[in-house]
Amino acid sequence: MATATAVSKPSTATGDGHKRKKNAFSDGQGRLAWMLLAPTLLVIFVMAGIPVVMSIRESFFANDNAPDPTTGLIKQGESFVGIKNFAQIFTSTDVVQGNWGTMNRFWNAFLNTSMITIVCVVIETVLGVAMALIMSKAFRGRGFVRAGILVPWAIPTIVSALMWKLIFDANGVMNKILGQQILWLSDTFSSFWAIVIADSWKTAPFIGLLTLAGLQTIPAEVYEAAKVDGASAIQQFTQITLPMVKPTLVVAVLFRTLDTLRMFDLPYGMIGPGKYRVETLSVFAYQETQATRFGSAAAYSMVLFIYVLLVAYLFVRVLGADVIGEKAPKKKKVKKNDRNDTQAAPVSGIELAGGAH
Amino acid sequence: MAAGVVEHHLSQAEVAQLAKPRRPLGAKIGVVASYVGMALIVIYCILPFYWMIVSSLRLPSMGLSTSFLPDPPSIENFKGVFSGQNNFGRSLINSVIISGATTIITLLVGMVAAYALARLQFKGKGGVLWIIMACSMFPQITLIVPLLKMFSQTDPFEWFPYWINTYQGVILPYLAFGLPLAVWNLTAFFRQLPVELEHAAMVDGCTPGQAFRKVIVPLAAPGVFTTAIIVFIGAWNEFLIALTFLQDANMQTATVAISKFTGTTGFDTPYGTIMAAGVIVTVPLLAAVLIFQRRIVAGLTAGGVK
Repeated sequence: MATATAVSKPSTATGDGHKRKKNAFSDGQGRLAWMLLAPTLLVIFVMAGIPVVMSIRESFFANDNAPDPTTGLIKQGESFVGIKNFAQIFTSTDVVQGNWGTMNRFWNAFLNTSMITIVCVVIETVLGVAMALIMSKAFRGRGFVRAGILVPWAIPTIVSALMWKLIFDANGVMNKILGQQILWLSDTFSSFWAIVIADSWKTAPFIGLLTLAGLQTIPAEVYEAAKVDGASAIQQFTQITLPMVKPTLVVAVLFRTLDTLRMFDLPYGMIGPGKYRVETLSVFAYQETQATRFGSAAAYSMVLFIYVLLVAYLFVRVLGADVIGEKAPKKKKVKKNDRNDTQAAPVSGIELAGGAH
Repeated sequence: MAAGVVEHHLSQAEVAQLAKPRRPLGAKIGVVASYVGMALIVIYCILPFYWMIVSSLRLPSMGLSTSFLPDPPSIENFKGVFSGQNNFGRSLINSVIISGATTIITLLVGMVAAYALARLQFKGKGGVLWIIMACSMFPQITLIVPLLKMFSQTDPFEWFPYWINTYQGVILPYLAFGLPLAVWNLTAFFRQLPVELEHAAMVDGCTPGQAFRKVIVPLAAPGVFTTAIIVFIGAWNEFLIALTFLQDANMQTATVAISKFTGTTGFDTPYGTIMAAGVIVTVPLLAAVLIFQRRIVAGLTAGGVK
């Protein structure tokens, strides 16, 4: 909130400072801040920064698997191969039969990842917004519903994957209810939908929860004014509700998208590794690691990383997702022009809290 | 219950229909509709979990039964979970140690960082926020490859200690994912506290450090607690990193152990045992989540809902 920053700026100078009086941008406060941030930045540097750099390096290396001419043994170790691992993406003859036709295994995984993400996020957003609208209309029992909604969120993804595996078994309860004999788990196109259903179950309620928080920031007076002006219910939804809930929703959808792009547990636990119909980039790269082809695993995971960054960038640029910015979902005033405030109460970014795992 | 399941299948269409804003046809219809809608949401969320519980309470031989009540009810599956070969008790202890350590370290480190971000003015704050943010966008798989080579002393890392099958081998990567989340959450909570409280404490003679320990930390306790639960659940539920770095049956976490039940008992998937283990892993989390649901929702939506 703009007001919050305005208040805290002058007051921090005296609030936290040191024994001497210092102004807000004094060296002392900066040094203290960096000291306090040091452990966090150190952990991030060691456990994320260095590995990423090493991953980039690794993606230009490959195993030496040619036999050594003098000993006849397979050579151990790796050597620099330039962009071969990346070129492989285009030239590989490792062709598989997937949902989208017969193609190179990498592109199959890439398309799976993209399609699962698009379909899941669309379904989850629609369902989530619907749930939020229902809950916002509720007079009583909202706490009860909220408790129910947190159930899918709290269940470990791998447990939910195995739970859905049981439900989708050829002789399981889903086929019994549908009166069909669908082979959900046998690497068919139905497997794709099984993944979509299981993922939507787990995360649509979560989007609902976040959207509800956004809905509750809209003052009732706005709707009353609209009614006086003769706006229909549909107009109210498209002209008031959607625009006002958009900042919250865009951030929620962004984090869901990034989370779905790196999906691993669900296809791995429910359908299994090496099933091309549902093989995501994460599963593919993991399989490469298991085969000790670290070079190509690193290359594929770098492609995924770049893909994730690109999507995040597009969200921020095109949809104006305010990731570290100011537009917190607060009860009182949410004005559209608040978003220009870039120095940051990192509030609306918190949605990642739930999305991250 | 059969009727309940059929309703569940209508629910997606129904939910969408109910979600359309209604014209005021009368308050009573609106109230009834909202209750129906809420009931559908709860059924949608609970029913698959109900199926897991029911399946865990069947006889082990009836894992694929589709009756809606366990007939006859049995706790054999729960006994089976802790039987010798599954080693599940040990996995639970591993999970508690790993998630607990991750949570404590994350909070200690994250709290001071969040305090700096919430209260101090310094150059480069925006940059720090972006770095922390970017860290949470990371696909875990990107870290797996280099860390696996590092921890297993493969080629350029012969000098590194062997960390496969150790607690620190998963706790440290977990910090990389837990910290951004904790820092964001705690920064939001610290910002909500009026800075005048610290002023008052310092006027009364506290140093800034004391003001932080004696005033801010106790007041932010609910926020710290919420963050702790969210970080703990994240670590408890993590799968990919644990699967990669904990290969020894004595070291693996509960989520990895459950995923490996499959191979151990012949060719049939031992669904009953898996579901029982799933219930055991989930119920403590659910209890915590339901007791503290208000706080957790507030934590997830960063003060948007109170």
